[in-house]
Amino acid sequence: MTVLENTPRVDPAPPRRKGWRRATALSGTDRIVLLLMVGIPTLLHVALVWVPTLSSVLLSFTSWDGIGDLDQIKFVGTRNYADIFTAYPRFWPAVQHNLIWLAFLIVLPTSFGLLLAVLLDRKLKFTRVYQSILYLPVVLALAMVGFIWQLMYEPNLGLVNNVLGMAQSGPVDWLGDSDINIYAVLIAAGWKHTGYVMLLYLAGLKSFDPSLKEAAALDGANGWQTFWQVTFPVLKPINVIVLVITVIEGLRAFDIVYAINRGRNGLELVSVLITDNIIGESSRIGWGSALAVILLVISLGFIITYLVQVFRREERT
Amino acid sequence: MTTTLDRPPVRRSGGGERDKKNARLRASRIALHTFLVVVCLVWLAPLLWTVFASLRTYEDTAANGYFSLPSELTLDNFSKAWGTADLPNYFWNTLVITIPAVLITLLFSSFVAFGVTRFNFKFNLALLMLFTAGNLLPQQVIITPLYRLFRLIPVPEWLNYKETLLDTQLGLILIHIAFQAGFCTFVLSNYMKTIPTELTEAARVDGAGVFRQYWQVIMPLCRPALGALATLEFTWIYNDFFWAIVLIQTGDRMPITSALSNLRGQFFTDYNLLAAGSLLVALPCLVVFFALQRQFVGGLTLGSTKG
Repeated sequence: MTVLENTPRVDPAPPRRKGWRRATALSGTDRIVLLLMVGIPTLLHVALVWVPTLSSVLLSFTSWDGIGDLDQIKFVGTRNYADIFTAYPRFWPAVQHNLIWLAFLIVLPTSFGLLLAVLLDRKLKFTRVYQSILYLPVVLALAMVGFIWQLMYEPNLGLVNNVLGMAQSGPVDWLGDSDINIYAVLIAAGWKHTGYVMLLYLAGLKSFDPSLKEAAALDGANGWQTFWQVTFPVLKPINVIVLVITVIEGLRAFDIVYAINRGRNGLELVSVLITDNIIGESSRIGWGSALAVILLVISLGFIITYLVQVFRREERT
Repeated sequence: MTTTLDRPPVRRSGGGERDKKNARLRASRIALHTFLVVVCLVWLAPLLWTVFASLRTYEDTAANGYFSLPSELTLDNFSKAWGTADLPNYFWNTLVITIPAVLITLLFSSFVAFGVTRFNFKFNLALLMLFTAGNLLPQQVIITPLYRLFRLIPVPEWLNYKETLLDTQLGLILIHIAFQAGFCTFVLSNYMKTIPTELTEAARVDGAGVFRQYWQVIMPLCRPALGALATLEFTWIYNDFFWAIVLIQTGDRMPITSALSNLRGQFFTDYNLLAAGSLLVALPCLVVFFALQRQFVGGLTLGSTKG
């Protein structure tokens, strides 16, 4: 009886309930707790990531040796940029290396990673073992990859020259020769990157409806046709993500060249030039910031592509 | 009798074709396995070469070259690298940085993800994009002002006798949290979106406050994602090279991955020692990889494909 007495009381509640519920959800302690939960991490993130990023943009129009106080900062307009583009001998080689880096990573590790993913995405014996071996380098630090490959590339004692039979006859100094060391380093970087790309594609292939492939097989499509006409279009969103991740990795590339020879003698990259302006002998804040902004502008295009790709579904709903 | 009845002639003619097809399939399988085995051997070669070099003495390789059969195998290089390079101190530094950084990153990003997915603010999507984009920025874009900022922020003397946040492990922990929170917030918010809103609503009706909804309803359900992220973030923060190189100046405060770069000077002529040192430094990540492979792989792909 008590239950029956109580039920009618609930019924009139709904019209009022909505407003009441919204008010309590964000009022009093809850409101403060939620504000702290979202606010503190956001504050930290903005203060240490976005404030410095915007400061880089501002500082790039100034000249400051970093020694005096903040009032020593002089506004110089776009002079830093003009000087970098016209009078900085290390800049264009670094840009060229970055472009080679991007082109290499996009072409070789990406297509090889895709090939491996397609080969491994089937009921194959030992597929787990193969996969584990191929993505093993992904867990290693890029700096560590640099050390490990130094042992491989050592002119007289390294594995590469010895296997190629060049250790005695005419050893190639893979990392010392400024004409070829960038490619040697890229093979090492690709060793790590391929596994990552393979993993991303494997994840994409797993979420993909096997009946599509069966239907293609029934229609008499061969492996090649199935790949290009069925698998590849399905992987399109992953392609964008792989491309963006590859480009961002390429623009960030630093550890491996810095671990090998501090990014000199043929291994200059834009990221190395920026770092040299902070921890090197010459501390030119405005100059370093202008270099950083150039890197930022290039990255932003890809960051926006990535955001559009992953948040598109949200915007629709 | 039954067997003949079971095999009508029609089927038999098809059987021959099937045999041919099976043979072709088997041949292609063998070719595939051969290819994969070769690729895997090439993939392992750098690591095996490093292990091989680390197990030999400097004298042995100096006399015969690295590309030769060893006269003896020894673990001496490992103990030598451990002792002479002061590795225990650097491992300790890494531990002091990595553990709090991973835990606080996960805590903070789960806070934000919870707020963004459970409550309807106008700026939800903008906030999520801010975090996601922040993690994609090249670190070099941030570093110059960050370095200056860290130099201006005072800390008590017991933390750093220079009394600046620069050159402290605390500074390194803070930037790891701020930077990695971007990726983890993105992944965790995707994960939390799959948890039905009815669950937190029910808890709310029962009188649970915001924090209890977070801690007792959402967090237990996020355990798989948190495990994957913890594994991944551990390897990333452990492997950090750049932040430490720039933000830590006192050599013995460095975490191990960056420290090894400094130590290379000492090891320079002795590649056996460098090989042993590199392997010791890589070991924790390799252990994590083999022990928690599923979580690790899950974490890597969590960010790329939704759901």
